[in-house]
Amino acid sequence: MTLLGQTLITGLLIGGIYAVIAIGMTLIMGVMEIINLVHGALMMVAMYICLVLFESFGLHPYIGMIPAMVILFVIGYLLQKYSIERVFGVETILPESQVLLTLAMALAITEIIRLIFSSDYQSTYTPFSGKCFYLGGMSISAPYLVSFGIAMAFVAALHIFLTRTDLGRSVVATAQDREAAIYMGVDAKRITNFTFGLGTALAAAGGALLLPVFYLFPDVWHPYLAKCFIITILGGMGSTVGALSGGLLLGIAETFGATYWSPGYRDVVGFVIFILVLLFLPGGLKKIIGR
Amino acid sequence: MAYLDINHVVRRFGGLVAVNDITVGIEQGEILGLIGPNGSGKTTLFNCINNYYTANSGEIVFKGIPITHKSTHEICHLGIGRTFQVVKPLRRMTVLENVIAGAFLRTSNITEARDKALEVLDFCELSHRKDMLAKDLPIADKKRMEIARSLAGEPELMLLDETAAGLNPREIERAMELVRKIRDRGITCFVVEHVMKFIMGISDRMMCINFGREIARGTPEEMASHPEVIKAYLGEEYVKGR
Amino acid sequence: MVKKNWFLLAILGLGGVAVVAIPPFLGGYFQHVLILIMMWIIMATAWNLLGGYCGQVSFGHAVFFGLGAYGGGLLYLHWGISPWWGMIVGPLLAVIIGIPIGLITFRLRGAYFALAMLALGETFRIVFTNWEPVTAGAVGILTSRTWGGEKLPYYYIALAVAALGIYVAYRLIHSKYGYYFVSIREDQDAAEGLGIPTTRYKLYALIPSAFFTGLAGAVYMNYFAYIEPHTVFNLSAISIMMILAVMMGGAGTLWGPVFGAALYTILSEALRAVIGPISYLVFPLIACFIIMFLPDGIIGDWDKIKRAFSRKEPVYAGGE
Repeated sequence: MTLLGQTLITGLLIGGIYAVIAIGMTLIMGVMEIINLVHGALMMVAMYICLVLFESFGLHPYIGMIPAMVILFVIGYLLQKYSIERVFGVETILPESQVLLTLAMALAITEIIRLIFSSDYQSTYTPFSGKCFYLGGMSISAPYLVSFGIAMAFVAALHIFLTRTDLGRSVVATAQDREAAIYMGVDAKRITNFTFGLGTALAAAGGALLLPVFYLFPDVWHPYLAKCFIITILGGMGSTVGALSGGLLLGIAETFGATYWSPGYRDVVGFVIFILVLLFLPGGLKKIIGR
Repeated sequence: MAYLDINHVVRRFGGLVAVNDITVGIEQGEILGLIGPNGSGKTTLFNCINNYYTANSGEIVFKGIPITHKSTHEICHLGIGRTFQVVKPLRRMTVLENVIAGAFLRTSNITEARDKALEVLDFCELSHRKDMLAKDLPIADKKRMEIARSLAGEPELMLLDETAAGLNPREIERAMELVRKIRDRGITCFVVEHVMKFIMGISDRMMCINFGREIARGTPEEMASHPEVIKAYLGEEYVKGR
Repeated sequence: MVKKNWFLLAILGLGGVAVVAIPPFLGGYFQHVLILIMMWIIMATAWNLLGGYCGQVSFGHAVFFGLGAYGGGLLYLHWGISPWWGMIVGPLLAVIIGIPIGLITFRLRGAYFALAMLALGETFRIVFTNWEPVTAGAVGILTSRTWGGEKLPYYYIALAVAALGIYVAYRLIHSKYGYYFVSIREDQDAAEGLGIPTTRYKLYALIPSAFFTGLAGAVYMNYFAYIEPHTVFNLSAISIMMILAVMMGGAGTLWGPVFGAALYTILSEALRAVIGPISYLVFPLIACFIIMFLPDGIIGDWDKIKRAFSRKEPVYAGGE
């Protein structure tokens, strides 16, 4: 029984962190309608920035997160404005060139990081990293809990931003119906560039939240990119509520898979969900939730 | 039993009923024209015949065979050809290649398909464009190519969706000639159109729908002065004093 | 679709003689590179059938490569049978598993299909890595090479398979299949309206695509005599590079993939020799460049390249 509870809670906590990263992606995908495969690599870059800040200035990732988010916002903005935008809507024989472009960028960025930092596993280990809470026989990792809390704070802040500010509402409008938004006076190009930056900053936050718990190496982002995708499709493109629920669900499903089936197959759970959703629930949870 | 029998077909999209209990029979060899204001359900009805959308209820029977639930390509095999409201050229293929693709419906031999395609292009007076890329054609020729492409599959019934839209008067005349030639070749035509000159000029019988329901039926002359038709297009006020 | 050009045919003939007659005179390393080129030609041509001609862009073709390799590998591992039988079993395995994969994923369009295939590729990689009792897991399978250090026989085998692959592609393209594939790519709904059973024809494109990709995997198995899941089911090194090779040369053409594969292999070997590990960075950057500026490949965008170097005013011939 305690194993069940522990699995459930751990899954929930990690799912919350996945959700932050995925919300970044779903916003971008909602506004741009392209598949963004560089999201994971940019998250990884943020993690390395936090690492450097940790090793040089002793800044814990929870604090180093802030400058990392700012830097990644700028990087994302520039990538979108000067590179991805070029390929947006251009007619070619292979229609998926935008997707390939972002993937190629991701690979290039990974190699650049590898040249600078090598493939060695790094970590930001502090005494806090190993701390656990005990709740009726279940052990819950303290960093997971804190990261989850911060993640939820971000989600709440984002929600307020998207619903209460003009800029935020322009983002939502552009995601729902680009043409209509343009007719209402929204500068869709500017919003697209901004949203890419914002989504990337959220990925940066998610990465920083993962750092206290996991090892860091240049290829670390591969499974997380996949999870983001799965969550985005599961929750429905452009739906932040969907990404949140999708993230939590995936976290729980994965952790159950890892505990009761095998840790090696953890990522397969996600892929199976992915294919099932694509086939049977094409609109994502968004359709069921209705937002 | 008519050649194409549409029986009480209904098609809904969520809460909106686009096609609301339409019943009509088309006789072999005639040209039946379908008119109605924008959004009245004309193209949706066509899409139901072809099964791009499946009718929610009702039945469609062609040559005695129920086709309501057959797949689009099967329906095409049975002899129903289709053009689209928004043209769908196979853009990066040449005109000839587009029509050859249509001809492969009835043969697997590339030489036969090519010969058939050339013959059809000649019939449609498009031979001079045969090596041009489809995406580079002007709109009138794109529409003509779409007809040719469908003709190459030797249809017995053709669904023509807004063939005259976007054409200038001279092009409309030529399009009317082409449809008459198609009928003379023995092909039944079900035509949807907004351009009155076109559809009044070629139809044997006509039908008008609005909000998915039939509101009038008759010859072109009868339609022109039918109060319901006038009301649907121009509004109540214009009906008085007719 | 291409008029016979005697000059080009002569070049082809000369090239054909060259690839058969010259290699015995080259050193071992060059023969190795040629074998790699042949393998990539097979893979690129195969992928192009489904992706370039039929428009179904798969990001997970490593599935078929890996299955092709493991066909022979598993025969050897469990029953001591020579991996050469894998040349038949491997591709068959790829096709047998490919058909249900296609039936499931062909419901998806565009980028969703691409990603579903990516997910499948990764799933197979993870399964083959973890399912140790059956696949030997991450340790991989080691066999012994039939001809020791000799490379030439492997080259001729790879060459034969590549020639077969190109021939099959050629015949398909210039037939009803080819027309139907391109129709599906250009407008799937219009294709249905023309009487094309699109799912069935997508499968007709998938089958040779999976078969030949699997055959390339089987060649790999026999030549390298060692396979493991991380290499043969690899996303970036196999699935993505296949697409890159096709893109560089020009998707949707017969010789584009051949050219792109050769270019890719030569470039990657040359870069690795000259600048070492930085070469892994260069390829993605080249990819970015090509996608941004020459998206239809070197053959497809040849006009653009000519114009860039000629400084003449571009001529706009109505319709873009």
